[in-house]
Amino acid sequence: MTAGTGIGARVPRREDKRFLTGTGRYVDDLPLARATYAYFLRSPHAHAKIKTIDTTAAKAMPGVVEIFTGKDTAESKMGGLICGWVVKDKNGEPHKAPAHPVMALDTVRYVGDTVAMVVANSIDEAKDAAEAIKVDYDVKPANVDLAHALDKGAPEVHPEAPGNLIYDWEIGVKADVEAAFAKAAHVTKLDIVNNRLIPNAMEPRAAAAEYDKGTGNYTLWSTSQNPHVLRLILSAFVLGIPEHKLRVVAPDVGGGFGSKIFCYNEETMVCWAASRVGRPIKWTAERSESFMTDAHGRDHVTHAELAMDKEGKFLALKVETIANMGAYLSTFSTAVPTYLYATLLAGQYTTPLIYANVKAAVTHTAPVDAYRGAGRPEATFVIESIVSKAAVEMKMDTADLRRKNFIPTEAFPYQTPVALQYDSGNYPPIIDEAIKISDYKGFEARRAEAKSRGKLRGIGFSSYIEACGLAPSNVVGSLGAGVGQWESAQIKFNPTGNVQVMTGAHSHGQGHETTFAQLIHDKLGVPMDQIEIVHGDTATTPFGMGTYGSRSLAVGGSAIMKATDKIIAKGKKVAAHLMEADVADVEFENGTFKVAGTDKSVPLGQVVFAAYVPHNYPLAEVEPGMDENAFYDPANFVYPSGTQICEVEIDPETGEVEVIAHTAVDDFGNIINPMIVEGQVHGGIVQGVGQALMEAAVYDKTTGQLTSGSYMDYTMPRADNFPSFKLGYKTTPCPHNPLGVKGCGEAGAIAAPAAVMNAVRDALAPLGIKHVEMPATSLNIWQTIQGAHRAAA
Amino acid sequence: MTGTHVGCDTSQCGACVVEIDGKSVKSCTILAVQVEGSKVTTIEGLAPSADKLHPMQEAFRDNHALQCGFCTPGMVMSAIDMVKRNNYQLDEATVRRELEGNLCRCTGYHNIVKAILAAAPAMKSAGV
Amino acid sequence: MYDFAYHRPKSLADAVATLKGKEEARPMSGGMTLIPTLKQRLAKPSDVVDLGGIAELAGIKVAGDVVTIGAMTKHYDVSVSPDVKKIIPALADLAGHIGDPAVRNRGTMGGSVANSDPAADYPAAVVALNATITTNTGKHPADGFFKGLFETALKDGELITAISFPKPEKAAYMKFPNPASRYAMVGVFVAKTKDGVRVAVTGAGSAVFRVKAMEDALSKNFTSAAIKDIKIPATDLNSDIHGSAEYRAHLVGVMARRAVDAANK
Repeated sequence: MTAGTGIGARVPRREDKRFLTGTGRYVDDLPLARATYAYFLRSPHAHAKIKTIDTTAAKAMPGVVEIFTGKDTAESKMGGLICGWVVKDKNGEPHKAPAHPVMALDTVRYVGDTVAMVVANSIDEAKDAAEAIKVDYDVKPANVDLAHALDKGAPEVHPEAPGNLIYDWEIGVKADVEAAFAKAAHVTKLDIVNNRLIPNAMEPRAAAAEYDKGTGNYTLWSTSQNPHVLRLILSAFVLGIPEHKLRVVAPDVGGGFGSKIFCYNEETMVCWAASRVGRPIKWTAERSESFMTDAHGRDHVTHAELAMDKEGKFLALKVETIANMGAYLSTFSTAVPTYLYATLLAGQYTTPLIYANVKAAVTHTAPVDAYRGAGRPEATFVIESIVSKAAVEMKMDTADLRRKNFIPTEAFPYQTPVALQYDSGNYPPIIDEAIKISDYKGFEARRAEAKSRGKLRGIGFSSYIEACGLAPSNVVGSLGAGVGQWESAQIKFNPTGNVQVMTGAHSHGQGHETTFAQLIHDKLGVPMDQIEIVHGDTATTPFGMGTYGSRSLAVGGSAIMKATDKIIAKGKKVAAHLMEADVADVEFENGTFKVAGTDKSVPLGQVVFAAYVPHNYPLAEVEPGMDENAFYDPANFVYPSGTQICEVEIDPETGEVEVIAHTAVDDFGNIINPMIVEGQVHGGIVQGVGQALMEAAVYDKTTGQLTSGSYMDYTMPRADNFPSFKLGYKTTPCPHNPLGVKGCGEAGAIAAPAAVMNAVRDALAPLGIKHVEMPATSLNIWQTIQGAHRAAA
Repeated sequence: MTGTHVGCDTSQCGACVVEIDGKSVKSCTILAVQVEGSKVTTIEGLAPSADKLHPMQEAFRDNHALQCGFCTPGMVMSAIDMVKRNNYQLDEATVRRELEGNLCRCTGYHNIVKAILAAAPAMKSAGV
Repeated sequence: MYDFAYHRPKSLADAVATLKGKEEARPMSGGMTLIPTLKQRLAKPSDVVDLGGIAELAGIKVAGDVVTIGAMTKHYDVSVSPDVKKIIPALADLAGHIGDPAVRNRGTMGGSVANSDPAADYPAAVVALNATITTNTGKHPADGFFKGLFETALKDGELITAISFPKPEKAAYMKFPNPASRYAMVGVFVAKTKDGVRVAVTGAGSAVFRVKAMEDALSKNFTSAAIKDIKIPATDLNSDIHGSAEYRAHLVGVMARRAVDAANK
């Protein structure tokens, strides 16, 4: 453990006190004078034509301020919601981009689609009025089953997307891959589903907006992971409010996991309507609305094949995936199953040839977009499932097969066949450490002991790679991103020597107020209690891209480091003047400027004061003030890697799966605050295990009703579903960012599903069972076992 | 006061847990009028002073048992009742089982369990 | 929720009088089911009569071999009651696994039994232990009380005041919870009583039901082996995304055997 409060120290979080004393400020907590309350009337049908909407009676209800429908938004020339990433299909054509109206115009396309907005003096009055709105629907057949969404004759979701196809995209050279398969000694095949998930941040989405008639300024408070990006989208594409007249504030936000990246209908409407009703408007989703309308995650159907030589060396991989986009293209939806998925299909391995074909389909379900890991969990699940299956088929130890195919440590930087160049990594010590921690060698004895109790025990590996720290603007731009992916920082010293650090990243649980302060403390020597980290407000922070894709420290932290360099450089000039020395001789260490080789020194605080009270100051060479900005655009993604090993026990009588032990060994590069990193890993693992064993967004395949629409039916991981986890680290610093850091936020969720499912499959192997889909619920396992018994009979 | 949160509409998530007459309850499933004359303690009422936290709050901070903080008020209130109900003696299995009514999406529960186990003896010696 | 008139009577007589003649009035005990229902606008009562202020309805009394539990007794109080733990430990154990700790601090036995939720735990205990349900107007035997989905033998305006459980020779309850809601997907209460063996199943059907074949077999031989070949037909059992009817039928067998084993411990 590193002592103190600098880089590497387990500093307790500075933000905790307010959350622990009930003084956090989330959007719904805002006191807004004269506030009105919004309620959205939603479609009860997955697919219907709206024949008429009659709001006459509703408008006359007590407390109703205004009711808006698609007709009003259309008349106001409001733009539709946008998809910000253009993916070109295999013929070079941009993806199909069906209109995404903020309020449904003449068609509703999923259960929960937005039909009308009621603004009233109270939420109950808004709901009463919503019940009085008469909507005449002509219900149409719905396209719900992803595996058949692209079939001929499937109900069409959008006229702009014939056959429901958004794109047919590919990476790699198919012919080369086929040629390698033709020469393979063994081919392992896998059909696999990546189950659809509902993010379920504990704070439901919320928005509040206020319009100042005098200045024409709008303020929107939103549960956003990226307030600047939200403002940009609303300004440039949807509402047309100039950026400088719209302030977006994302105060304390209660978890995001991706679902709060996107620009949604409700916050758009709340902002738009605020000027029309002339009073502030508040909206907070009820949990059932979150289930219906938060962008869902995952939802792939995949066929994969892995070609090997007779020693088990991987020769080629081909993958065909259908990815569900839901009813409309959400903000980054198109990128998730392409550039965040197929480009990761090399995993930790030297597989020289990879071909992937991804077809994105629209369906009559809620939009699907990035959810913790976004594409990378799906890729890892395919690779690590097929590798484990290959080991079984090749009768090889599952760890040995992985080791045999690992990218050798000396091969970094390593160019994969699927576009990415891994900057660093050292995989063998990671798997060795995981094997040690998990006592893999003692597993067979534990399996035998479990068997004596009538239980089936299994162990599973998952060795993941991820590309995160999103990422070089020129690269993402060339791949179709509509935005850059740099990050910003501003370090503003006050005359009294304390410092405000403004970041474009946003914390919704990640602890930036602590980790970023540790950077400042470590680099500038300012005591922790003299540092304030400011985030989440477009009025006070420089334009930044926000937090997702495990990017805050690698990109945002690097921007802060760049800004500290500028502070030190400027400080040196001032200090040189104060000490009557040459700038070249001034050094900075532990918060003090010194003249090399002398005992002359001046503390940073004094330099700052001189900069703000420049009575004795080199005004000809240096501007007053101590306030520096930096923008950091990384040279590459960062590439955390690791191995998780999961051990499960199955009760064959009931089908229940119990996680007995779960080990994660990660390479996150340098670690700033190990306590926070561990917390990220724990949380990620639970979301990953949740996907593997519990969670599933289930729509009725005929009606398109969301069957798993509350905590009564959507299985959330709870404390008693888990043991305590065993963690370990191996470190290869990132070579291209100033901190040598990689990202840690998504790793747990990326690796865990395959580790768990490989363990489940291993446990069931003695029954002749080769494959089980997620989630491995007790029902699923019991049915699988019944099927095996029937097959054996 | 806005410390206590509503996280669901089916009485499952536990973000709303408060103490009424010494017992933890889900405040989302109680009508305000029902607690007339009762003693209600929320997360805001735990810390003995502005710069001193309740041992459970302290343990949550020391063990990094919170991330986004949204479930935390209910989690802390449930944890305190759990410790008292079990006479300040807890083991990991009991803590995990008795956290059944509190959902957290960030921490993976690992550090929450650790914090509660650490807080139990601290509460006992602090006499709270 | 919709507006309603709230009443908090101090006595059973007041509660009965308040409910009288109000067709759309609803009595409320712990409120653990009713309040979420109101919040989601799934019910629109004219009046809610809160029974929480009626002291005479709460409490646990023992008379000989019979434990009588007041309708407003909280699940938590049942679970920790020394009397219940001593005389019918299976009932205390069941109460300690209803919902979660915060729910157990509010939810009541009378409310649960009167609601006849197909996934509630108490109905299984009431039927298997052959309890007697006392109301303001009379007494109901357990058999025949639970008529179907959210339907009981209670008449309008009739309120449960207490439930009396005779001490069984042996008893145990085994629950297989729904992984999401944690309500019973299948719960089996097995009791060896002086009137014979009774096996009551909750969670699997539209209301709690007994399994005659198991009772007969266990009456002859109270071991799990005695019922290992008894198959429950899946017809008419509940089916949802967490458990098909076939799976529930299977789990009834598993939970029944485990309950017998636990009762024999």
